[in-house]
Amino acid sequence: MSSDVLTAGRSAALRDRQRYLPVLVTAGLLVAMFTVGGLRYEAFASGQIVLNVFIDNAFLLVLAVGMTFVILTGGIDLSVGAVVALSTMVTATLMTDHGWSPLAVVPLVLLIGSVLGLAMGCMIHYFEIQPFIVTLAGMFLARGLCYVIGTDSIPITEETYTAVAQTQISLPGEMHLSVSVVIALAVVLFAAYMLHYTRLGRNVYAIGGSEQSALLMGLPVARTKIAVYTISGFCSALGGVLFSLYTLSGYGLNALGMELDAIAAVVIGGTLLTGGSGYLLGTVLGVLVLGLIQTIISFEGTLSPWWTKIFIGLLLFVFILLQRLITARRS
Amino acid sequence: MDDAPAPILHMRGICKEFPGVRALSDVDFRLLPGEVHALMGENGAGKSTLIKVLTGVHAVDGGEITLDGAPVSFSGPLAAQQAGISTVYQEVNLCPNLSVAENILIGREPRRFGRIHWKEVRRRAAAVLERLEIHVDVSAPLSSCSLAVQQMVAIARAVDVSARVLILDEPTSSLDAGEVAQLFRVMRRLKAEGIAILFVSHFLDQIYEIADRMTILRDGRLVGEYLTGELGQVELVGKMIGKELKDLESLENAPKDIAAAERSRPFAEARSLGRPGAVEPFTLTIHEGEVVGLAGLLGSGRTEVARLLFGADHATTGELSVGGAPVTLRTPRAATNHGIAFCSENRRAEGLIPDLTVRENIILALQAARGWARPIPRRTQDELVAKYIDALKIRPADPDRPVKNLSGGNQQKVLLARWLIVEPKLLILDEPTRGIDVGAKAEIQRLVVELSDGGMAVLFISAELEEVLRLSHKVGVLRDRRLVAELPNDDDLTTGVLMETIASGGRA
Repeated sequence: MSSDVLTAGRSAALRDRQRYLPVLVTAGLLVAMFTVGGLRYEAFASGQIVLNVFIDNAFLLVLAVGMTFVILTGGIDLSVGAVVALSTMVTATLMTDHGWSPLAVVPLVLLIGSVLGLAMGCMIHYFEIQPFIVTLAGMFLARGLCYVIGTDSIPITEETYTAVAQTQISLPGEMHLSVSVVIALAVVLFAAYMLHYTRLGRNVYAIGGSEQSALLMGLPVARTKIAVYTISGFCSALGGVLFSLYTLSGYGLNALGMELDAIAAVVIGGTLLTGGSGYLLGTVLGVLVLGLIQTIISFEGTLSPWWTKIFIGLLLFVFILLQRLITARRS
Repeated sequence: MDDAPAPILHMRGICKEFPGVRALSDVDFRLLPGEVHALMGENGAGKSTLIKVLTGVHAVDGGEITLDGAPVSFSGPLAAQQAGISTVYQEVNLCPNLSVAENILIGREPRRFGRIHWKEVRRRAAAVLERLEIHVDVSAPLSSCSLAVQQMVAIARAVDVSARVLILDEPTSSLDAGEVAQLFRVMRRLKAEGIAILFVSHFLDQIYEIADRMTILRDGRLVGEYLTGELGQVELVGKMIGKELKDLESLENAPKDIAAAERSRPFAEARSLGRPGAVEPFTLTIHEGEVVGLAGLLGSGRTEVARLLFGADHATTGELSVGGAPVTLRTPRAATNHGIAFCSENRRAEGLIPDLTVRENIILALQAARGWARPIPRRTQDELVAKYIDALKIRPADPDRPVKNLSGGNQQKVLLARWLIVEPKLLILDEPTRGIDVGAKAEIQRLVVELSDGGMAVLFISAELEEVLRLSHKVGVLRDRRLVAELPNDDDLTTGVLMETIASGGRA
């Protein structure tokens, strides 16, 4: 009897290890990158470097959170980069050209993003169209709308907005954070809670596991799928607001290809592209990995920034292979 | 029978028409609380349609359904489930990525302070499984459980949704004997709790073991309702197919010339062929005109042997010679070129293309063998297809009907026709009769005998020992992914001997 319990406990531990393996690999990679950076460059191994990664990638983190929801259902959202650009454009033009208050602009931008996501979710679900195509259309639409507003970069000079953008939140040890990071981390925590502790979150996983089964089990598949794209739309818009806080401008060419960065972060974070498996913590680690690659390359000094893309590409290959191996061993 | 309790579910005069077909005409069916009621009939007799009408997948054209005396009509499986009628299908409809506990309770998770109360979820799931006497770790992901356990979890979910009527549609097709016993234990418990169970299975022995009563359908009509104890197996089959069992019996007594098969030239010889993780090295010779049966439990390596011989998996050890010359089969295509054909177990996923017509499905392998540059003339196609539709009695005999609209038995025949048309020298049949009715089964069995008489070598894989014994010249027994014995099918070989060999691993 006791030996049964022992083996059961051991197999449960083994199982948990397998379940968290992708996240652990990403965490290990992050630690390794940080160690290597610390050994190679002076002034690398400081807390502020980590915080800077957060500061420089707060918007990407928010996008990746929305993308995690979508990918967990087995879908994809290609519109997020374009929605970021559209959000920066709307924010900048309303504040700079029309003199709106940020208190009115920000909610409006978030609403636009959510409604766009909602519309795409409805098309995907009710007309049974591939998410790839629908969100591709959404991407062109949002990107095109940017140029309706204007083809040039619009600077943001609104006082409150710039004040928020320049606010540094001091931490002990002479470190500091931006408001964007606090917002992004709040989004992460809230989303993690949703995924793990609410029925909506569990339904997301169920749909990713088997949509057909979820339907037959009586789960609200329609509502959940539409919600997921709405969440992604909301996160894109919020990402756009954070991006405009970061650059203090709006421009139609902002965030070109950022949807792919978000997807890469989610995949490197261990979420299966087929859906149903992954953790938000992994996504956070994935974003940090991408950010740290940029940091290392800027520390290197002599390397062209394009090396970032090359490393991300190589990492993606490795992680996709890893996913494949893990799923193969499970089945 | 009038002293029986009032039926919980009563279907009266049910009619259902599909374009061109009368699927159900004037069928009565009643289900009493606390009974296991088997719904019997050949494929196409209307069993599935009746279940679909009951659970609201199809609307009724005529007749009345009452649940607890009140007339009901469901808009879909969900509505039926809410009214207490739950269905568990052969293909488990659960989410493999979620834990066992979550699969049982998802959508109805207990919550505290607005958030899911995980401890309570696990506790309640464990309690439900405990009630069914199933012992599994509820926090394990469903994908780590065996198919049988997954099915139990599906039943547990159905019961927990407070099912009063449980429909089990072919739950045992993919289970081995031990798992079936476990399922039956669960069914008996539920029965004792007063739940009415509608049970569909093609295994007659299972029906006689578990069912209290049966309703027989034939061609969409009600044949009758019987107590299981009052109707013998032979009578039952007679009522199901509407004819005598002469066909089956004549096969039973067909003498097999084992020596003659051994004397003919070996077609395929596997020497220590194996693949780690799939099947341990085995040595097996299949002669021309010989039927070699493979027996063993589910997962014992039967299919793996077939896949190695067909080149669907690569052998890492040993060698294979076909027609006397050593070959390395890297792909199924190479095997096809050597005259080997493989009817896979999983006809939906690996064999047929559901949206293509019967003709297109049949022609597929021949066309592939000729190469796409040389299309088969339409007239030749028509002739060939007509010949095989006729020879195999594919019903409906309409070459232009999409294969997905055919019943399981007829789909199997289409798959067979596809491979027969290329005239293979070795035909590998993996569970060709699973999930199909007695009549079609007999036809496929007779066909195997005819083909081997014509000189074709056949590797016949089946979970039904009687069937293996009836057809094979010799039987290979697999256990735990190892070929443990090769037994000539002489007078001494019985299902009992086979079972003992499977159980003992040939060591006794």
